[in-house]
Amino acid sequence: MGAKIAILVAAVVAVAVAIGFYVGFLTGGPTPYRPPAGSASGGRSVDLTLQTVAAVGSKLAPNKNWVSYLVRENGVWHRSTVWTLPANTLVHVTVYNFDGQSGLRNPFLAQARGVVGGTFAINGKTTSTIDPDAASHTFAIPSLGVIVPILGIADDAPQQCDYAPCPMSNAHETITFTFRTGKKGHYRWQCFVPCAAGFVYGFGGPMQTVGYMDGYVNVV
Amino acid sequence: MKLRRLIGFNLLTAVVLGIVGFYVGWWLGHLVKASSLDYFDDTGQNDIALFVAYFTGVVGFLVGLGFANYPIQRMLGKPPSLREKETEGAARYFGLCTDHKVVGIQYLIGIGAFIFIGGLNAMLIRFELLRPTHLAWNGNNYLTLVSLHGTMMMGMMTSGILGPFANYFLPLMIGTRRMAFPRIEALTFWLLMAAGTILMTALAFGGFPTGWTGYAPLSEQSNMGMDAYIAFFALVGLSMTLLGLNMLATVITMRAPGLSWSRLPIFVWGSVTTSVLMLLAAPVLVSALFMLALDRTAQTGFFNVQAGGSPYLYENLFWVFGHPEVYILALPGMGILLEILPVFARKPLWGYRLAVTGMVGIMMLSFLVWQHHLFVSGINADLRPFYMLSTELISLPTGFIFVCALGTLWAGRIRLTVPMLFALAWMFNFLVGGLSGVFLSDVPSDVTTHGSFFSMAHFHYTIMGGLLFTFFGAIYFWLPKMTGFELNERLGKVHFWVMFLAFNSTFGPLLVIGFLGQPRRVVTYAGYLQGANVWVSVSAFVLGASMLVFLANLIWTQVFVRTPAAANPWGSKSIEFQLPSPVPVHDFDRIPTFGPDPYPYGGIEGTRPVAVPARPTA
Amino acid sequence: MWSSSSHGRRIAALTVIGTAIVLPLVVFVLGPNMPPGKGTAVAAGQVTDNTVLLVVMTPFTVFILVYLAYALVVFRAAKDEGLVDGPPVRGHFKSQVAWLATTTAAVLFLAIFGTTELLADNGAGGGGGPNPVAKPSGPVLPVQVIAQQWEFTFRYPTYGGVETASLVLPAGRQIAFHVTSLDAIHSFWAYELGVKADANPGVDNVAYVRTKKPSTFQIRCAELCGLWHGYMSDTGRVVSPDAFSTWIAARRRQFAPVRKYLPKYATSYAPDPTFRAG
Repeated sequence: MGAKIAILVAAVVAVAVAIGFYVGFLTGGPTPYRPPAGSASGGRSVDLTLQTVAAVGSKLAPNKNWVSYLVRENGVWHRSTVWTLPANTLVHVTVYNFDGQSGLRNPFLAQARGVVGGTFAINGKTTSTIDPDAASHTFAIPSLGVIVPILGIADDAPQQCDYAPCPMSNAHETITFTFRTGKKGHYRWQCFVPCAAGFVYGFGGPMQTVGYMDGYVNVV
Repeated sequence: MKLRRLIGFNLLTAVVLGIVGFYVGWWLGHLVKASSLDYFDDTGQNDIALFVAYFTGVVGFLVGLGFANYPIQRMLGKPPSLREKETEGAARYFGLCTDHKVVGIQYLIGIGAFIFIGGLNAMLIRFELLRPTHLAWNGNNYLTLVSLHGTMMMGMMTSGILGPFANYFLPLMIGTRRMAFPRIEALTFWLLMAAGTILMTALAFGGFPTGWTGYAPLSEQSNMGMDAYIAFFALVGLSMTLLGLNMLATVITMRAPGLSWSRLPIFVWGSVTTSVLMLLAAPVLVSALFMLALDRTAQTGFFNVQAGGSPYLYENLFWVFGHPEVYILALPGMGILLEILPVFARKPLWGYRLAVTGMVGIMMLSFLVWQHHLFVSGINADLRPFYMLSTELISLPTGFIFVCALGTLWAGRIRLTVPMLFALAWMFNFLVGGLSGVFLSDVPSDVTTHGSFFSMAHFHYTIMGGLLFTFFGAIYFWLPKMTGFELNERLGKVHFWVMFLAFNSTFGPLLVIGFLGQPRRVVTYAGYLQGANVWVSVSAFVLGASMLVFLANLIWTQVFVRTPAAANPWGSKSIEFQLPSPVPVHDFDRIPTFGPDPYPYGGIEGTRPVAVPARPTA
Repeated sequence: MWSSSSHGRRIAALTVIGTAIVLPLVVFVLGPNMPPGKGTAVAAGQVTDNTVLLVVMTPFTVFILVYLAYALVVFRAAKDEGLVDGPPVRGHFKSQVAWLATTTAAVLFLAIFGTTELLADNGAGGGGGPNPVAKPSGPVLPVQVIAQQWEFTFRYPTYGGVETASLVLPAGRQIAFHVTSLDAIHSFWAYELGVKADANPGVDNVAYVRTKKPSTFQIRCAELCGLWHGYMSDTGRVVSPDAFSTWIAARRRQFAPVRKYLPKYATSYAPDPTFRAG
């Protein structure tokens, strides 16, 4: 009888531990990142600086050839696609894109929406639309109505980045724009360009995994 | 336990060889190189390696169990034999054993374990839905939970009643000591266990986001976890086909002398009609999955529009399997229901021929209705009235089952034991499920309810409220006979009432929530539906707790208390209750003779069992 | 002991009483308030359909529940009865025929009624493929719904093929939704309009609805399409025809820069990559 009780207790503990690991595994995901307060324009604003890379590398992710967004925290680029932003605030976004051109499946998404002034800047030059075939990624928060196409580097650009994190000396395009967060809420963001190399329609893998080309925006 | 006994063809060897086989296959798969496969570097997902690995892993697993021994022996000229390892005590349950009773109990434990895992996933899904926006699991993990829950449950519950109970009791009910193909019988069980393990490994490969239906092209975009789904269902399909084949061969060829088709217990008829569906429908699924695997690896274009294929092909192939599949789930439950009611109303089954007609009618019609899953998908609109008619028509044979159940209760002497409670609950749940099905079969109504929680609640009412309730009813009814130890009746009643009330509290509101506009498989929903979702989630947690009551009952009575069960605690006149509990290894001393009526209740000459074995029950 | 015919009479009486109570509730209280509401003729048609279904189901449901309740009360074995058998009733031909006849009649009626509703309502708001059987007569405003992972966009072919990210419709017009997908299978569900049509790649799935008064409606994706399926929701608007003209003109101005990049309007599209991304 004692042996049976012991085995039963051991089994219950084993199952509880297994469930604990399971739940822990399921809650895994990127740690949230809160961008710092804005340096430009007095008043409430926040600076969000991002890097998009063609291959995230094995130091930053288990899938080394997947495309990804990176954020910079304390000078170090790391992978987090869950961003905490304050409500009713201007967010100045800077995207350093080190990835090549893939092209949008729906060219309509090549025109920016939901940004201040309806425009964004590529390397300082203001525009509202790019050639959809030259798009590399998008910055899009559909439920906030925000979408900005990210121009890709030319195919023959010199010094292209291999694996992330990419130094500024590698070929890149700098995209800057501003949007305003509204009320509190929880929103998803995604890339709309089929940039997941090797996957059907370019929309598998990193394009369907939170932590690479998809994430959450928590407006608090 | 002697160390020497661990060496040999048993589960331990099988697991070891399975893991070794997996890694051998993984290495072999990586050797396949071609320019068209260069994308494996970009994606990091070598699907070919994983499929080969799963294949060799399953082969290693089966070889380790000893399934290769007999074919090799026969090729070396040894004489044929039917039996393996049938008398060695508890170790028989952990390996290849051709005793149909051992296979039945293996099925019960194995399927039970995987159902609990699937149920845990359901609890985690409902936890996430406590809030209209993201709460705990991120998007990928939530979809993997949804997919794993549905896939595990559908794959395991198809054999949920035939596996444990038909394997154990069908030979007894037709007066034979074995199934037609005992080794295949054992194989179907171990294939299912390998399949369940493979499905759990999907977590290690990124999960899969398609739900249990696996629609292309989404399934073609997905990670390696999708391959686990494909391998799982391929193995389940193989297991189902073989199970159906075995059942049919057994019933057709091995009935005792004098046991004509019209004298068979209704449970046997339920098993036979289910087996026909298994045999015919499961191969369609396997072929659809094979095409999907080819699309994912060999760059074929079966389901990809721009390669010349069509996603409609997958949808149709899947549902040609999928619809008979749900009747594979429903028919055994009906068999159990009509088997239990006569015992606890103490009356013959009312309308035996009508019930058989109903089951056969469901079996035949189930192949003609599958497009009702595709009403708004853009199929040729001329087809929709036909499928609306055929789907509405299938409620007729289902109605026969209902009227036979009602007639059996007429002027009966009803005893509300735990099995009877579960059987009666089937009638209530399947009524709600069936009626919601009538809504779904009506195309204008389906326009709103397709793909919503209404559809989900419908199939949970029929599959869970129907099949799972009769599954538990069968356990309370037959487990004492299988193991020789009673189950606790009071705990059984607690289990029943909590489960029944919590079940209806969970899925009743979901019928409404679906109608109010919440789609299926979503992680966000409209804010005004939060109250209802919280109610449903809490009810679901209570439903999960009722399963723990059952588990406690099971462990307490079967492992600790172990009160010996009487041979015939229910006063049944069916053959299996004329045998001792547990049923002896050799089943009958002599093949019994069967009377003209499978339900001889209310006989004018007093009580008379269906058949009398040669020796009285010891 | 009550005789069997008195049991039968009692159950029949209880069924009739039960039906007499439930049926008016169904017809007057539940039915008219069934989802998806009466925002459009198509949605109202579905409400009528659901009411008819409920009305037909009610007598059977009441009968079965009444019977079960009656049986569980009256046909119970006494507590200390021991194993006493009931009468050896194996069937009753007239009851079986009556059951078969009534259920068959109900089912055939529902099938015929459903078909007429389907045809009368121009497909009842469900996607009918590229060549729907029941087309409305008279002028139709085509609106293309492009589903992609993971957002709906909308094109108005009769307004220069302008594409927008929000759906606005003029009131009082017959709309033809042309639903298609660029990648996986989605489903366009406009709840209050009573419209649902799957979006398949390379396929034009047509659904008809006539808008009524200005209102808003929920748009959901009703077919699992990947990671953000649950977030693919939106709000559509029905506005007065004047407001619609203003709105669409504003959108054509707003989206003039991207106009030159849009493909010519077609009922389905085949964008790159065609299979695997490079």
